[in-house]
Amino acid sequence: MLSLLRIRPNHPAGMARHPALGLRLWKNFAMSILIDANTKVICQGITGSFGALHTRGCHLYGTKMVGGVTPGKGGTKDPNGLPIFDTVKHAVDATGATATMIFVPPAFAGDAILEAADAGIRVIVAITEGVPVQDMVRVRAVLDQLNSTVMIEGKPECAWDRIALIGPNCPGVITPGPRTGSGESASDPYSRSGCKIGIMPGYINKHITESPKKKSVGIVSRSGTLTYEAVWQTSRLGLAQSTCVGIGGDPVRGLSHIDCLRMFQNDPDTNGILMIGEIGGTDEEAAARFVKEHVKKPVAAFIAGSTAPPGKRMGHAGAIISGGEGTAESKIAALKAAGITVAETPADMGAAMAKAMGIQ
Amino acid sequence: MKIHEYQARQLLADAGVPVPPGAVIDSIEHAAGAYKRAVADAGLGDGGLVVVKAQVHAGGRGKAGFVKLVRSAAEATDAARFMLTNKMFSVQTGPQGLEVKKLLIAAGVEIAKEYYVAITTDRATRRNVLIASAEGGVEIEEVAKRNPGAILKTLLHPHLGLQPYQARLMAFRLGFKGAQVNQAAKIMLALARVYVEKDCALAEINPLIVTPPSAAHPDGQVLAIDAKFNFDDNALFRQKAVAEMFDPTEENPSEIRATRSGLSYIALEGNIGCLVNGAGLAMSTMDIIKHCGGQPANFLDVGGGATEEAVTEGFRIILSDSAVQGVLVNIFGGIMRCDVIAQAVVNAAKEVGFKVPLVVRLEGTNVEEGRAILAAARSAIPTMQTADDIGDAARKITAAVKASRAA
Repeated sequence: MLSLLRIRPNHPAGMARHPALGLRLWKNFAMSILIDANTKVICQGITGSFGALHTRGCHLYGTKMVGGVTPGKGGTKDPNGLPIFDTVKHAVDATGATATMIFVPPAFAGDAILEAADAGIRVIVAITEGVPVQDMVRVRAVLDQLNSTVMIEGKPECAWDRIALIGPNCPGVITPGPRTGSGESASDPYSRSGCKIGIMPGYINKHITESPKKKSVGIVSRSGTLTYEAVWQTSRLGLAQSTCVGIGGDPVRGLSHIDCLRMFQNDPDTNGILMIGEIGGTDEEAAARFVKEHVKKPVAAFIAGSTAPPGKRMGHAGAIISGGEGTAESKIAALKAAGITVAETPADMGAAMAKAMGIQ
Repeated sequence: MKIHEYQARQLLADAGVPVPPGAVIDSIEHAAGAYKRAVADAGLGDGGLVVVKAQVHAGGRGKAGFVKLVRSAAEATDAARFMLTNKMFSVQTGPQGLEVKKLLIAAGVEIAKEYYVAITTDRATRRNVLIASAEGGVEIEEVAKRNPGAILKTLLHPHLGLQPYQARLMAFRLGFKGAQVNQAAKIMLALARVYVEKDCALAEINPLIVTPPSAAHPDGQVLAIDAKFNFDDNALFRQKAVAEMFDPTEENPSEIRATRSGLSYIALEGNIGCLVNGAGLAMSTMDIIKHCGGQPANFLDVGGGATEEAVTEGFRIILSDSAVQGVLVNIFGGIMRCDVIAQAVVNAAKEVGFKVPLVVRLEGTNVEEGRAILAAARSAIPTMQTADDIGDAARKITAAVKASRAA
């Protein structure tokens, strides 16, 4: 199964040129390089209540959880019998983990991301909400240096070719597998070939083999529950999901809309792309320009916050209209100008995707 | 989080940015003394020009008569009496007006030229950025619209911050001359340092001014006249001094009450209250209410980890708004369990009562349990309807509110 997050670092046939950056990248950098059902995942903050809850959730979904990290609790085991380590380095050395999900408190989240990057983790999923923006400015600068980064029009574009960061303040990422079990115990997981890293409900997602329309869509979103809504709507219309990435609601974060669009464009398992944005910043406007130039697959979009007043932070730290920038109108206009099918209301996200794909 | 102008002035002064002498007062009797001190500290004689400014977050102070120039202790007292005994009305205060509790009394300065300097975090480049313009004293958004070329930007290094050469270069580009260059550069460096140290979201000096040449300052003096700071709420845990500057009287009481329960609530003008989990879904629930011809009364995100009690508190806050004529509950349970929400609906019905139409849409984790709880309580909550999806829910609540208004 090709999927979002599978690592094939030494696959010489897989080299391709990055469409925007001109860099040589793994061909399946795409949704297909970073993880799959065999990816080993750890949890940083595994002994906290949220970390423990969602480690169990991922474990029951079928994700290969191999351990966790809580400084000072190394050598013990979690309620699932997973080994706990003092540091990410110890965990990686002992388990071969290549992905992590971070649940540590906001004050320590920046440090946790850097620790994971330094220990050789390839995919860092930061769930933590409330990370100070200045911490993320500093952390992103380090990650940009560890990855290939080039300046385009005065903006540093990161290729995420060595370490990918998803979040923070995000629901995580899921590449669904077909349902094979009850999901009630680790010996009978929900799927034996899916991978869920984060807090999203796994069971609403459908694998291509469960899709009456035999089509999979990739979903990228700044919002958690709105992503679930989109997954549920597309599933109800007979579509499956190749991968869903919640990129998070913070102003400074890891993967952007454009990064995920690029991966979905390159992923042979993705037939259409649904992008869910919201007020604040200009990510969606940039993504619209990228779609026009580089994305050949059908794209649909929805923007939340048409009725949000300016100057007010709407729940997410990044969801704020300031200085006349980041309005829903501006984003919707840019998306429509790029030929993207825009859902008028959140009830029409699935329908807009189906329409863009020419599915009745 | 926002702070008052007098607090921003203090932050700048502490960082070594020169500001005109002044003081904050909270009673009419202190106005005369504050006037005399301001003119004395500024080296002005009696009859010197002093500005009296109401300390409120809302804009439009000048037009409302809440910024006044005075030339005597008696005039200062009159201005203070007016501002402390009348409510301020401007486009930003709303029709209910705003009570003023504190005044800033600062020495007036002669202005040869006005500039704009600010630091903020640029989301597209993920860097802090110095923004400056030689067109100061007006809203920067207006300059951006009218003459975008007049706005100059320099990115700060994410680890090293603003460098002296960058500040000097910016000072030259802005047209500062002679001794002004180093004064302006020093101010920009101080502003950038405060921005990072205090976890700001915006640190703005507008206007930054140059005084006409004088014996003491043959090239004129560069001074910060007005300043605005916003802070990153996420960082308040490590910014105790900043958090202490919070003025709860500037905020909507319901919003503060919600924050205490871990809820994210923003009061709006409409009549349909909504309770939703997740910020994106909460925003789009507001959008679809509007799309169906209704007006949302609030944004309310109960989050993922809210308890039954916190959700019940959410209902209390919504129902305490007398403008609310209907309530829409839209939940897609992920971490949040639908049975918790359903139980909170039942609790709120018992405790406060839903006299207005209520539409509940539940989906996701434990949805069957949630629906069962609501079905059992149906006769106790006669105004309740359930909905299958978000579109159905929005249509039902807008129709029910319309019908109850017509009746």
